[in-house]
Amino acid sequence: MSEAAVIEQPEEPRQEIESAVVRFAGDSGDGMQLTGSQFTMTAAISGNDLATFPDFPAEIRAPAGTTFGVSAFQINFGARKIVTSGDQLDVLVVMNPAALITNLEDVKPGGIVIADSGAFTDRNLAKAGYAENPLDNDSLDGYRLVKIDMSRLTVEAVKEFGLSNKEALRSKNMWALGLVYWMYGRKREASVNWLKTKFAKNPDIADANIAALNAGHAFGETAEMPAELGTYEVEQATIAPGVYRTITGAESVSLGLLAGSQLAGLNIAFCSYPITPASALLHQLARMKDFGVVTFQAEDEIAAAAAALGASYAGSLGITSSSGPGIALKMEAIGLAIGTELPMVIINSQRAGPSTGLPTKTEQSDLYQAVFGRNADAPLPVISVSTPSDGYDVAIEAIRIATKYMTPVMVLTDGYITNASEPWLIPDPSTYERFDVKFRTDPENFQPFMRDDTTLARPWVKPGTPEMMHRIGGIERSYDTGHISYDPANHQKMTDVRAAKINGIANDIPEQDVAVGAAGGKLAVVGWGSTYGPINRAVSNLREEGMDVSQIHLRYIWPLPRNLGDLLHSYDQVLVAEMNTGQLRTLLRSEYLVPAEGLNKVNGKPFLIAEIEDAIRARLEN
Amino acid sequence: MNVQSPPEKLTARDYATDQEVRWCPGCGDYAILKAVQNTLAELQADPKNTVFVSGIGCAARFPYYMETYGFHTIHGRSPAVATGVKLANPELDVWVVGGDGDMLSIGGNHTMHAIRRNIDVQLLLFNNQIYGLTKGQYSPTSKIGTKSPSTPLGSIDNPVSAAQFALGVGGTFIARSTDIMQKHLSGVLLRAHGHRGTSFVEIFQNCIVYNDGVFKRFTEKSVQAEMQIHVEHGQPLLFGKDSSKGLILNKDEMRLEAVTLGENGITEADIAVHDETNRALATMLAQMDPPTMPVALGVLYCEAAPTYEASVHAQIDHARKGGEGDLTKLLHRGQTWTVE
Repeated sequence: MSEAAVIEQPEEPRQEIESAVVRFAGDSGDGMQLTGSQFTMTAAISGNDLATFPDFPAEIRAPAGTTFGVSAFQINFGARKIVTSGDQLDVLVVMNPAALITNLEDVKPGGIVIADSGAFTDRNLAKAGYAENPLDNDSLDGYRLVKIDMSRLTVEAVKEFGLSNKEALRSKNMWALGLVYWMYGRKREASVNWLKTKFAKNPDIADANIAALNAGHAFGETAEMPAELGTYEVEQATIAPGVYRTITGAESVSLGLLAGSQLAGLNIAFCSYPITPASALLHQLARMKDFGVVTFQAEDEIAAAAAALGASYAGSLGITSSSGPGIALKMEAIGLAIGTELPMVIINSQRAGPSTGLPTKTEQSDLYQAVFGRNADAPLPVISVSTPSDGYDVAIEAIRIATKYMTPVMVLTDGYITNASEPWLIPDPSTYERFDVKFRTDPENFQPFMRDDTTLARPWVKPGTPEMMHRIGGIERSYDTGHISYDPANHQKMTDVRAAKINGIANDIPEQDVAVGAAGGKLAVVGWGSTYGPINRAVSNLREEGMDVSQIHLRYIWPLPRNLGDLLHSYDQVLVAEMNTGQLRTLLRSEYLVPAEGLNKVNGKPFLIAEIEDAIRARLEN
Repeated sequence: MNVQSPPEKLTARDYATDQEVRWCPGCGDYAILKAVQNTLAELQADPKNTVFVSGIGCAARFPYYMETYGFHTIHGRSPAVATGVKLANPELDVWVVGGDGDMLSIGGNHTMHAIRRNIDVQLLLFNNQIYGLTKGQYSPTSKIGTKSPSTPLGSIDNPVSAAQFALGVGGTFIARSTDIMQKHLSGVLLRAHGHRGTSFVEIFQNCIVYNDGVFKRFTEKSVQAEMQIHVEHGQPLLFGKDSSKGLILNKDEMRLEAVTLGENGITEADIAVHDETNRALATMLAQMDPPTMPVALGVLYCEAAPTYEASVHAQIDHARKGGEGDLTKLLHRGQTWTVE
């Protein structure tokens, strides 16, 4: 590893801390996502547990220096179990005034703000809306401000590579990364290797970035750094042994779909239409062609759902994916999948709405749409993803249910989980139980809608099977034959059996457990999806303070686990925390007549731990 | 298990189900159903590998009457469903059936994209210029001025020409026939079946209840000869009683003109010859409309091109040449670290 020449200095003892939250923020063109993901990788290699959250602008290329062009990446890393990307920032690194003005409110009082003073020009200050330079007045007195002209120092550090000023400045993110590495005593090796691989075809660019990284690190070591900055040590967390990687929700869901299709013995036909934040799934699966995965970018959301259903009809596993508005367009085709009783998986990466809403901001407001949002009585199973790595097992479970019960299954994930990442103990695929699909090929006494006694599922027959030609369709089908039937009694019977089939899945899923705490007590905080992290931390913290509070976190939204009603009734109070105006709460109240209360938030950002703690305290402290 | 019986020759009746056909008496769909069943018998099509996919509308009931696999889907979406079927199993012989409302109004987008992708299906559009199942509203192919329950004073929007639409979006096979011309229709269907890619067939079909006689300006026996031209690749574009008329290409104005042989010194040598690989000619033929010009029937356009699903699977096969994907390896791809 090439080290910049440094003057050896005896290192000051580092301050030991349990965890830290760092956010890198800058212009879209400043490479903040790369900086953040490099810091993440190094923290993981150092043995910390962690969680990250990228926050990038909706615009593709917003004008430089503007507040709506700010891109940020946050990481919470620690020597203890980390379940959220962190409430408040210990360190904020800002590469321009716009990044400061849009991110400052998240810094904890007395937190560190590291600013590239070289980017605080009159022009950039004006673009961000500052009347005067906040680095020069007393507006940041409540923080530990560290002003460094990173721009100038970067240009100097890479001078020898003969780059233009503009090209040279592109390395300033690595300079900043080098400085923060020094603060936390991190090794640069992994990032150096990564830069060499990434810029293998442009060794000059690789060398310039490495030089900037080293220069930032050396600056920390050699300069008389203001006492405000300090150096820290975050010890290794206690983590189960094994091989790890970082994984985002989009990655875990796509890998889980592949794994699930293999367990079912089916080919995937993944049919989708580009939409934020769901497109990442299409991109991931499009690169799995060596597994025989078919991906189809359809002309619209409706065609994507219809093609997925057509593929299932022909014997593949049809999967479609979208976000809320696109799911709305797919619903008629999903209704056809329910009526014709064909398997299908629908992945909904929820975002804030209604309509276009806030495409890049997260929300959990499609629960009603998933459970109830179709014409007529059209039940389907709904399951949800709780953490970035959880998507793997959830996707497998969706395929198991879809194929076993011949039904579309909707998976609810969200924009936060899709983009956030966490370390993942890589599973051994051979340890998963197979659920091979058995297509019916025996024409003896065959009827398309004759059902299995236990699952109530109809047989799956692929076109191409001899002597079993039959017709299915969206018009109500006769109970056994599937022929068109307008008979009123038959419609009653079919509606009842469709509901009974889906309700019966409750006997084939685990009973609801208590994530933290005990069954019964004063208060249960109930959640689903990406609120797992903040609820988990808040409940754990307050139990340490002796409060009688437990966490119940649902994976299965419909049908609900068979013991859930009794479990909820075993608490004095039930608080449902969700990023919508109370959708799960309504469902629980209507199903179980429990007086559940809501803790609701729809500002596009995940819950803070403190917000949930406050709500718990309000109920348990008199 | 079943006893293997020696292969028997299938007849048109073998392709019919036991379901009662429920179109209105006298509906043109009966004749089309018969032509399709005859065509399958002619082809000795394997019923187990044949799939009929339809949307919603009178025409879309078609699959229930075919002793093959069948999927009656939702309004307008049959081309998209059929695309999924072909992606999953390119070996299946897929027929997509729908009306003008289904395929050109609510499903126009899917029709366009199926055609431009060149999915290997036969796409049969029964054009009766009216919504039948919903009781008689005007459709996107209705002529201006069509009086209907939703347009009591006459429709005011321009109709779409199905064949020109299919040509415009890059179709590789565009043909036309009518419900009452059994032999011609079967011939067109045979050609459509033989073509690899989206074979778009517009079938002028009479709705006896809501739009009776809308095509009589060229289907009535007395005008057939003068108002129809049956195009055939490599043959001169002749029509009229005893082939006394023909089409010439007015090169100055870039349009087809109807002429009479023997008049103004016109001989058969002047008559344009049909070239079904010429999209510009096909477009001009598709534009012709009685009474000024005869309506062009037969295969207007046909070109060989790769099908979408074949290209999809070629990419997959290519990717697999480097070795079948290994899930464990994929899970470990990228940076990993080991916790002891």
